[in-house]
Amino acid sequence: MQSSQGSALPARAGAPAVQAHELTKTYPGDVTALSGMSLTVEAGTVFGLLGPNGAGKSTTVKILTTLARPDSGSATVAGHDALRHPDRVRRAIGVVAQKSGADPMATGRENLQLQGRLYGLRGTDLTRRVDELLERFDLAEAGKRQVKGYSGGMQRRLDVALGLVHRPEVLFLDEPTTGLDPEARTAMWDEIARLAGDEGLTILLTTHYLEEADRLAERIAIVDRGRVVVEGTPDALKGELRGDAVHLELRAQAQDADVLRAALAALPGVHEVLIDGRRISVRTEDGAAAVPALLAALERAGAAVAAATVARPSLDDVYLRYAGRRFSEAEAAHDTPHAELVTAGGAR
Amino acid sequence: MNTMTESLAQNWFMTQRQLKVIVRQPAYLVMMLVQPAIWLFLFGNLFKKVVELGGFGTTTYLDYLVPGIVVMSALSSSMWAGMGTLEEIERGTLNRFLTTPVSRGALMNANVVQNGVSTALQSVIIVLLGKLGGADYPGGITGLVVLILASVLLGAIFGALSNAMGMLVRQRESIIGVNTFLMLPLTFLSTAFMAPAQMPGWMQSIADWNPVNWAMVVGRSAMADNPDWGLVLSRGGGLLVLTVVAVWLSTRTFRSYQKSV
Repeated sequence: MQSSQGSALPARAGAPAVQAHELTKTYPGDVTALSGMSLTVEAGTVFGLLGPNGAGKSTTVKILTTLARPDSGSATVAGHDALRHPDRVRRAIGVVAQKSGADPMATGRENLQLQGRLYGLRGTDLTRRVDELLERFDLAEAGKRQVKGYSGGMQRRLDVALGLVHRPEVLFLDEPTTGLDPEARTAMWDEIARLAGDEGLTILLTTHYLEEADRLAERIAIVDRGRVVVEGTPDALKGELRGDAVHLELRAQAQDADVLRAALAALPGVHEVLIDGRRISVRTEDGAAAVPALLAALERAGAAVAAATVARPSLDDVYLRYAGRRFSEAEAAHDTPHAELVTAGGAR
Repeated sequence: MNTMTESLAQNWFMTQRQLKVIVRQPAYLVMMLVQPAIWLFLFGNLFKKVVELGGFGTTTYLDYLVPGIVVMSALSSSMWAGMGTLEEIERGTLNRFLTTPVSRGALMNANVVQNGVSTALQSVIIVLLGKLGGADYPGGITGLVVLILASVLLGAIFGALSNAMGMLVRQRESIIGVNTFLMLPLTFLSTAFMAPAQMPGWMQSIADWNPVNWAMVVGRSAMADNPDWGLVLSRGGGLLVLTVVAVWLSTRTFRSYQKSV
């Protein structure tokens, strides 16, 4: 019998905090959400699931947080089998879902109190924990007000606080900054970075912002079409791509893209050429040294260049390499309401 | 803390949350009280003279009307329970609770209990409004308690069905459509406004099978000078069976909702 205490058991030394093995899930109407999703998250780390909308990140989180059941495969969270003992998993995890689940008619404090009670916290323990969280998430004043009057950033902070009430072992953050303005996003990033420093807390973060994954996650799994296509630390992933990216912008759309591509690809040190309207991306050994030759080749081909930048490989390039398409294309292909797309800064 | 008290505590926390939501919506509260008052006033005046036709068991139409309005109000407020459930699904609140250790039963029960409490409260107020308007309740407190219990059961039936529909179809329009379609026929195919003796034969036959009418029959039989306990038990039993079926059905849809997440 598990205890009804609020705090979770300490993490088992050495065992991974989250393990998913070959998860598959198809929704009615033959929508394949997962096709062999496997991942391992070591205890005490921040793990990022990165992928465009519709890649299967949320379905993975729903299975790991006991909301949904996979068609096949297995999952272990905080040492418990998520399929056979969902009740044990629920005591050990905190979940911050994509949608704010806070009750808008209740105050921030009442939301936290109820959440705490559901995990068995009572009396002064509960009051102390709620005060602590309100203070920590800068909601001490707002806690007295109904949530329906909160700004997007305040609501998101409350959501995270709700997920932490019972001091979980594993915290799931599903798209924690989607829909936040830039200022609130930066504040949330700082908060997540602080959480990551908490003793023993494991964080599984999903995001479709390349920059967010790059910044927060120690390890990243890139998800495409329901499975992990590549996994590693952001630096290692970027390091595997040889050379630099040179991004060129033409004054006018290239008249014959094939001729341009052939001209550029023939230059020494050039591995790869991508032409998309007025934008050309070239992967080359030494970016800075290659620029003059690239410009000269374009001039010979009659294409006037408006701008040229040299960039270290970004996660977008990693995504392109393993998923076979640009991140922004994958997002657009899925036809999402999220118009804003953040790609990793070109100068990183 | 043992499992039993923990489970009871969880039921209480979830119900309390739901009740708070209602109390904090003054517009909703006002509507819940003003609407039956208007119905009592409008129908009470419009049909005042029908009592002269006989068969009403009283000479004052308001005496006859109060149980009808109590049951009609229970029906009309419970039918919308699914809208709240739908909102909780869309907002992500239901999923948030589902990832906590709260018992799935407590989540469902909270809806039923909250609905029962609101219906009982509304019924008491209508009874008091009727008294203010000069209605007479010969069956005394016992009769009134039975009437309120019957309206609570009816509310539980339609509340549970509405919740099931909210989880199943996930569309406001469907709930609105079904409710507006059902509300008036269910009310007018009952003895809410008219004594059975004055209803066309075919309408009487339908009313005999209308659970809305059962609730009115239970209330009126218990509130009479000489209560007909046989009728109270048979129709009340019918309501109880339907309540069990409706709650079971909404628990089943709740499971199918969990599968669709």
